[in-house]
Amino acid sequence: MSDDFFQGYKGDALEVLKKFNTRVWGQAVIDTTRGKFNGTILPRAENDDDKHIVLKIPTGYNVGIDIKTITEMKETGYKKASYKIPEKAFPYTPGLPGVKLFGTGGTIASRLDYRTGAVIPAFSPGELYGAVPELADICNLETEKVFAVFSENMGPEQYKKLAKAIGKEIKEGIDGIVIGHGTDTLHHTGAVLTFMVQNTPVPIVLVGSQRSSDRPSSDAALNLMHAMYTAGHSDIAEVMVCMFGPTSDEFGLLHKGTRVRKMHSSYRSTFRTIGDMPLARVTRKEIIPIKKRYNQRRKDRNVKILPFFSDEVTMLYYYPGMKPDALDLLVEAGYRGVVIVGTGLGHVNKELYPAIERAHAKGVHMYMTLQTIWGYVHMFVYDTGRDMMAKGIIPAGNMLPEVAFIKLGWVLGQTDDPEEVKKLMLTPINDEITPREPYNGYLVYQGGIPEVEDFIRRVHK
Amino acid sequence: MLFSLLLILMKKRFEPKENYLETKKKIGYVPRKESTQATYDRIGFKSGLEVHQQLKTDEKLFCHCPSGIYNESDDYDAELIRHMRPTLSELGEYDGTALMEFKTRKEIVYRIKNETTCTYEIDDTPPFPIDRKALGIAIEISLLSKLNIVGEVHITRKQYLDGSIPTGFQRTAIIGVEGEIPLKRKNIRLIQLSIEEDSCREISDIGHVRTFKTDRLGIPLIETVTYPDCINPDEVKEACNYIRFLNRSTGKVKTGMGSGRQDVNVSCRGGTRVEIKGVAHTRLIPELTHNECFRQWALLSIREELKKRVKDISKWSICHKKLNYYNFNFRYTPVTEAWKKQYKIIAVNLPEFKDILSHFTQPGKIFADEISNRLMVIACLDKPNMTHSEEFKSVISLKDMEKIRKILKAKDNDAQVIFWGPEDDIKTALETIEERCRMAFEGVPNETRKSFKDGTTIFKRVLPGADRMYPDTDSVPIPLEDEYIEQLGQNLPKEVIDMYHQLKKWNVPEDTYTFIFKKNHFPLIDRIIKELKIDPRFVGTFFGHHLKFVEGHHIPAAEFKYSIIHAMFKFLKEKDLDLELAKKILPVIYEYPKIDFESVLTVIKYKKNSKEEIFSHIPFLKNKFRENRKSAIKKDENDWIMGELRPIAIGNLPLKELYVAVNKMK
Ligand SMILES: [Zn+2]
Repeated sequence: MSDDFFQGYKGDALEVLKKFNTRVWGQAVIDTTRGKFNGTILPRAENDDDKHIVLKIPTGYNVGIDIKTITEMKETGYKKASYKIPEKAFPYTPGLPGVKLFGTGGTIASRLDYRTGAVIPAFSPGELYGAVPELADICNLETEKVFAVFSENMGPEQYKKLAKAIGKEIKEGIDGIVIGHGTDTLHHTGAVLTFMVQNTPVPIVLVGSQRSSDRPSSDAALNLMHAMYTAGHSDIAEVMVCMFGPTSDEFGLLHKGTRVRKMHSSYRSTFRTIGDMPLARVTRKEIIPIKKRYNQRRKDRNVKILPFFSDEVTMLYYYPGMKPDALDLLVEAGYRGVVIVGTGLGHVNKELYPAIERAHAKGVHMYMTLQTIWGYVHMFVYDTGRDMMAKGIIPAGNMLPEVAFIKLGWVLGQTDDPEEVKKLMLTPINDEITPREPYNGYLVYQGGIPEVEDFIRRVHK
Repeated sequence: MLFSLLLILMKKRFEPKENYLETKKKIGYVPRKESTQATYDRIGFKSGLEVHQQLKTDEKLFCHCPSGIYNESDDYDAELIRHMRPTLSELGEYDGTALMEFKTRKEIVYRIKNETTCTYEIDDTPPFPIDRKALGIAIEISLLSKLNIVGEVHITRKQYLDGSIPTGFQRTAIIGVEGEIPLKRKNIRLIQLSIEEDSCREISDIGHVRTFKTDRLGIPLIETVTYPDCINPDEVKEACNYIRFLNRSTGKVKTGMGSGRQDVNVSCRGGTRVEIKGVAHTRLIPELTHNECFRQWALLSIREELKKRVKDISKWSICHKKLNYYNFNFRYTPVTEAWKKQYKIIAVNLPEFKDILSHFTQPGKIFADEISNRLMVIACLDKPNMTHSEEFKSVISLKDMEKIRKILKAKDNDAQVIFWGPEDDIKTALETIEERCRMAFEGVPNETRKSFKDGTTIFKRVLPGADRMYPDTDSVPIPLEDEYIEQLGQNLPKEVIDMYHQLKKWNVPEDTYTFIFKKNHFPLIDRIIKELKIDPRFVGTFFGHHLKFVEGHHIPAAEFKYSIIHAMFKFLKEKDLDLELAKKILPVIYEYPKIDFESVLTVIKYKKNSKEEIFSHIPFLKNKFRENRKSAIKKDENDWIMGELRPIAIGNLPLKELYVAVNKMK
């Protein structure tokens, strides 16, 4: 028998299966010291132990059988499940915009992977149409899997590849682009694409889902519809992140790729524009603008692709009592750029100064951002700030730490000249630094306060 | 004009009510009270149960919210909205219910109270590890149910698209399979026992909006599933009681309102498994199962009739026409109201369905009701949503009806449905009508039904299959070691069937058993009998009759614990007082459990009297009775004297002994 017969089983459990001549997808009757069990033997997740066999019993539930208790096992039949998302040809509708969906490995549409016990994505237009038929009313869809990595494994190589693929697609005349992406680093990719794909004539929409599409309450389908609608129909030709506004299935928000951040580990409404308002609200039928000014959709194809990225950039999250070697070691390791995430208005302790001086002397580019997430770096207020600036740290305004990291990587991929780097860093491409923070740019309501509770009761969170 | 009217009158008037009665007779419907085993054998009654029981834990099953705190429907802190979308099962299939629920396009609103709901329940946070206490209780009950305990617990997602769970699935896991419970005359086999999270409570379901509250959501629950081994309605009730008593015998399950619910599966010979959902009380089970079995029997009779009429079912189809309101003289309020709301009014022709619409299905219900209820659930048309050509009392005039028939080009043997609803729902409504009628050619549709107190049921949703299961990718399997199970097996309560036999042996009257098992009083009764050496029949009756009466008529103090009954009997024994006194003490300690027993005696005005003292009153009372003589019968005299003496006799001597003395004296 080939190994495929024992998907995921190893060690003692594998021996037991072999001993009784039974295989995965075999229907088995198992006698144990705890009584009789029968059902279909299922694959086992690789990380689970080798002491149990998984059985799908006739009522559809899965149970594990302890191999120690097995006295006899007999295969009475064999039926391999063919797990497939129903594939229906995505219909072409004349008059609807053409949208290209790039797959990167997120969980927009997914199915179970027995090996890991987790979900793996499904992706072809046919599969997507099978799962979300409403998409056919929004656009004519094409898909392309650029690569398949988990969100946390996205990096410089993927960024460049994606930017080039987008450039090619725009040149070929597409009306809008959607990128399916895991949510963990969605905002990093939002920033990097803003820098790498400049002057886009069409919307470029990043979308993901906080609940995998294998569950009925998933936000995937609605997010996908919102994103497709935006890509195909909106007038906003920018790199955007499109995710739930409230946790309710009501509307999505379009955030600028440079001002958005994932703010909760699991909420659906996890993405928030920081220090500003989102671009617009989106429903399945319309885009309701929030910001009055944005880059408008154009007919030309004059997109600029700048696929540069240096991986010699790092971040240093400051904590009280940090020792100089924390920075020295980074410099020794060869990093040319360091984004420091400082406290308050942008501070680190005096103990670090010698290390900062050493780094500066070696030509390391250092930029200051904030742990507070909201607000501007302001290094003139205290002497310490002035000291630091004198020692070569450059304040990055209200650029989000992750965005500063991405931008420094992109800049250092192009030049090493300090003045040139500084100019690129501090000249905003699309609001990564804003000249002003509107009063409603910072809203973190506190539960328990009567007015807030009243608001929450009336408005869907 | 006159001529056509005459034609109508000349035709034999069709009487739907008569047809209902005739078809009821034709299928051999017998009221339950007149039914015997032979009745049920004739129609092939078969039934099984899914008994749900909440477990007594401090926290919910997969999060740390308190378990068992409820709130009013309008008492909430926030609302949120979800839509449910069917997903593939583990084996790559879409489930039938899933697709139907999706068709209904319901907007689900959840009302959340911060105190009882966190981000887990509303699916904004992954599950925390399963509550181990709940798991332990579920294993204990599985052992008592003689189930084969699994080696590893796998959390599974069971899809529910009706919105009753915000995730769209219930987290559930099998603890044991293949067990057995003993009834008085036979054993009922068990398929499985699972542990799961309880669902939301529905507040309302109007049109396309269904509202739930999340207080109950996530409370640990077990579900015991039996094979369809019951062959008459009483057996189903007995099996249900047994399972509930077994659960309660552990003392580790919740007992309040709604803490135990059951779904009952019923089929007749040639029928289909139909699930009656959420039966609140076991006493409703016999009537519900009886009627459901006959409903299926009636649907089979309809199938036979339709088969005779329609040779090629694939060619059968409905046709419909939108009615122009102004061309008719509609007086029926729901129709005029519908028109005001700009609803569409649609007439549908059902070929060959004459006298099928008014065919008996359940007492007071006809086939047309099956269509109407599906329109409500699937097409979201609130009732009344239709009328038809076989109403007992027509709401559309004869003339209008004739006009409608003409528009539809209806033949004599056809039936007509007229329904109304918002334009967006018409397509689904038409599909629903056609689908239900097509099902009539097949027999009994696979469905779950909602029960009513009168013993009838209505369509709730399509019965889900095994296809709605999916492994929970957020949880890891939990191994159950032999040592752990053995340890749990060491502290199991006595089995219900053994308690039953013991009570019989003690000669405790059978009418007390339900109360004793329901309240799990057996262990206390057993202790009182064994430790205090009191007559078992007296103790059993004291619980089953007197305690039950007191519970029904008094409000207990928060501090009241049943163990105080043991202390009371101990006190009476030690003081050598007559045990009858317990009946007077009980109501007092039930309300004021902190008073010491000596003081209770004062409260009930108990005085120590010697037997002789009490007997000495008898001659005087005899004379008194004879003086005002109202009756010459000796028994009346005795009863009156007993009544006079009882207050001072109770506690001092057995009343029987007093009666003997009263009777003896001339
Ligand atoms: Zn909770």
